[in-house]
Amino acid sequence: MTGTLIQTRSEGYPLRRREVAARLVADRGGLLVVGGLGAPSWDLTAAGDDARNFPLWGAMGGAAMIGLGLALAQPGHRVLVVTGDGEMLMGLGAFASIAVQAPTNLAVVVLDNERYGETGMQATHTAGPTNLSAVAAGAGIPVVGDVYDAAQLEAALPRIRAEPGPVFFNIKVRAEDLPLALPPKDGVELKTRFREALLGPGSRSG
Amino acid sequence: MTDTDTGDWPRAIFEVLEAARVRQVAYVPDAGHKDLILRCAAARDLRMVPLTTEEEGVALLAGAWLGGDRGVLLTQSSGLGNCINMLSLTRVCRFPLLMLVTMRGEAGEFNPWQVPMGANAAELLRLTGTAVHRAEEAGEVGPAVAQAAQAVFERPGAAESAAAVLIAQRLVGIKTFDIGDSR
Repeated sequence: MTGTLIQTRSEGYPLRRREVAARLVADRGGLLVVGGLGAPSWDLTAAGDDARNFPLWGAMGGAAMIGLGLALAQPGHRVLVVTGDGEMLMGLGAFASIAVQAPTNLAVVVLDNERYGETGMQATHTAGPTNLSAVAAGAGIPVVGDVYDAAQLEAALPRIRAEPGPVFFNIKVRAEDLPLALPPKDGVELKTRFREALLGPGSRSG
Repeated sequence: MTDTDTGDWPRAIFEVLEAARVRQVAYVPDAGHKDLILRCAAARDLRMVPLTTEEEGVALLAGAWLGGDRGVLLTQSSGLGNCINMLSLTRVCRFPLLMLVTMRGEAGEFNPWQVPMGANAAELLRLTGTAVHRAEEAGEVGPAVAQAAQAVFERPGAAESAAAVLIAQRLVGIKTFDIGDSR
């Protein structure tokens, strides 16, 4: 028994993470995307590898803050962070730091399957009493929502993509083991291609 | 300490940061960096980003660089321990990272709980692949920061993309850490 965690609840959730990720980046325009360590980065890659994605292979707890630095540097671009519940739990302070900066162009989305997918699908704290959108709201994020089904997802998508933020949505997705869809693993390559796509070929040296 | 002892090293740092076109200043409030933080906050072209923990700053400045912004992380030595895993991001992707570290746990430290990180700061940074500069005298601070800034920003993508300047506790001042202000 691990405290109050409910091990099997998320196996019955209707939303499938790969479909949600594909919808989040569909018709992306100038959207810049940071993918959190693990399944969210694979989900984004399954939707189509893109130089304007920065998928993380590490830096657990850092995805939302990377998004903040990017959003502050590029106020003319929408910045979307797609991460997981375990990754977000490791950096909850980011909600407070983002709220203080209040970038209107930043949205953070957690694909919450209530599991640590890369380590064997163990329950995270969101399989128990922890509610990430309540944490975000308490930290001062002004636009916050929860998504449990397809109708709520349809309503949330335009807000995630366009509503002046900062925005946070917690999307409950089914716990499932999926085939890997891996982005490039070389961090320098990921950084360089992102900057080239955003800033132009003159940024090559960085 | 008097101004004659310390010099105005926070001003020297500020001038280097301006010349280096730094835009994002990430920090956890720190007595040693208080003057520099106030000076930066008064500058219209600097974005001040207070953090809840120092590792947030390492991630923030990676994102800033992806977006074309240069930044700096202000921390005290005890905050370095919070950064260790996130410095893997800096190293693997060779993100430029400039860290300015006020030292605690050195001669005259009032709080023994500051000693473990202070005593090991330089070695821990070197283990993460961060270049370490140290300023013992007020007049050394500006040149050390300039050298570190040039190394990270003018040679972006170099294998050693992170640099830290350790500012000796004797410059930061001992008197300000009396009882009642021990962090």
